[in-house]
Amino acid sequence: MQPTPSLAKVSTGVEGLDEVTGGGFPQGRPILICGSAGCGKTLFGIQFLVKGILEQNEPGVFVSFEETAADLTNNVASLGFDLDKLTAEGKLRIDHVQIERSEIEETGDYDLEGLFIRLNYAIDAIGAKRVVLDTLESLFSGMENEGLLRAEIRRLFRWLKDKGVTTIITGERGVNTLTRQGLEEFVSDCVILLDFRVVEQIATRRLRIVKYRGSTHGTNEYPFLIDENGVSVIPITSLKLDYISSSEIISTGLKPLDGLFKKGGFYEGGSTLITGTAGTAKTILAGYFALGGCLRNERVLVFSFEEAPDQTIRNLLTIGIDVRPYIEAGLLLIHASRPTLFGLEMHLLVVNKLLRGFKPKTVIVDPISSLVSVGSAVEVKAMLVRLIDTLKTRKINALFTCLLSGFDSGPDNSTIEAVSSLADNWLAVQNELVAGKRQRSLLVVKSRGLEHHNDAVNFTITATGINFAASSIPTPSNSMHGK
Amino acid sequence: MENEQRWELRLYVAGQTPKSILALKNITRYCEENLEGRYSIEVIDLLKTPQLAEGDQIIAIPTLIRKVPVPIRKIIGDLSNEEKVLVGLNIRPLQPKNTP
Repeated sequence: MQPTPSLAKVSTGVEGLDEVTGGGFPQGRPILICGSAGCGKTLFGIQFLVKGILEQNEPGVFVSFEETAADLTNNVASLGFDLDKLTAEGKLRIDHVQIERSEIEETGDYDLEGLFIRLNYAIDAIGAKRVVLDTLESLFSGMENEGLLRAEIRRLFRWLKDKGVTTIITGERGVNTLTRQGLEEFVSDCVILLDFRVVEQIATRRLRIVKYRGSTHGTNEYPFLIDENGVSVIPITSLKLDYISSSEIISTGLKPLDGLFKKGGFYEGGSTLITGTAGTAKTILAGYFALGGCLRNERVLVFSFEEAPDQTIRNLLTIGIDVRPYIEAGLLLIHASRPTLFGLEMHLLVVNKLLRGFKPKTVIVDPISSLVSVGSAVEVKAMLVRLIDTLKTRKINALFTCLLSGFDSGPDNSTIEAVSSLADNWLAVQNELVAGKRQRSLLVVKSRGLEHHNDAVNFTITATGINFAASSIPTPSNSMHGK
Repeated sequence: MENEQRWELRLYVAGQTPKSILALKNITRYCEENLEGRYSIEVIDLLKTPQLAEGDQIIAIPTLIRKVPVPIRKIIGDLSNEEKVLVGLNIRPLQPKNTP
């Protein structure tokens, strides 16, 4: 099948989902969203309508087969969706279709024309472009004639198509089928499956596009989040290796460190990894990098997984780095949270939300090794790949610190392996005992596309910051080494 | 006592479809036979007044609603099964039918 390039799409209203679906839902077609109870189907529907009204000026009809309009309104009020207001403005209609089997007797032939008429009336009353049927399958619990219901549902979907409204139909997950009544066989255009999983006490919601006729789409499972702003999806795995690489050079924030690179710093929009055991000045180097960003008058976002912001600020002050003015000026944001606070996906989502909200030019994660406590090495790697991809696509300067376990034992390679191949620059910092004295050194392990100093450089940390040992400061004739 | 009870029925249809015509014919006959003089049937055509569908929670067509006596009962379909309709509306036949 050749995909139709001209397939018109409408925004899903769900952050990230438009990217995953290659532009949104198919316009004027039915979309089936299925999943088990409590996975967020109704919310997807509500958000589709509310955002459609607020952002696309497309009125919408919500046909609820389960909750009353009052219940729905209350349930989504905490997400900032004011259904009453939208209803009063004539942009939204909620029709609660109540089916009580105990009240209904069936004798002889009938059809669902009443539902069609109701729907038609509601759509025409506000000029609706979007419709949500939540959950249509409730009809089956209210009526006996299954064969007739199926025929009528098929007719309903055709009718909705003819009517030109984009419709979300929600369905409860069946045992061996996507929906209990096999609605997926009627909806041939777009089927999305939601899933809610708890693995090792960490809950993750995931979304997968089962089919999307006439459109390319991501095939992975995408984590999604329901928070105070509604539903958002992380589309990161859909990214390709097609970002534009900059040839601009930015400072590492530390003059002597810049000196180790022939061009005087890192490439803009690159990713840098700093590895080292405990107490090797990883966070300090990260601090310089943050400062460098602030000095360029660019926003810097720091994810701190081990220290509270105050502690980071205080510690940097002891070596003469004062970041407080930049925090006050809104240039620097330190986001501190415990890695175990939530799952990796959630961390990633938080990062994504901050990227969108704060729009930093530089992002620092200190340290990424903490994340290993939340997920397996494979999961952490997958997350980091996505994180780095996201940052690269946005041309954000990224810096990750990674703690190596043990003082001089072999490093726990899992995280390093994961990131080192993705990182453009890799700095290794080390403490050694030389004749009973601590000897700090820094080695540029690799630096893609940059000629850099080849040997380890010794340095000290003083009250005025990091000082590189004079003997190891490179001279033009000193060993430079292209990579 | 029961003889004093009035029956208020409402039949929802959508245009003059065979199903709707049959349903009205059926319910009129049952009422004539069992509730003579004590009933009223209001026919609502949703094609003309679609806004009325929501109030009585109409999905299927035709739908017969017993408004009085309460509680409200609903019967959907062309009402071709007399016994089911009478039981559903809780109408007791005045005299036993010829066929048991």
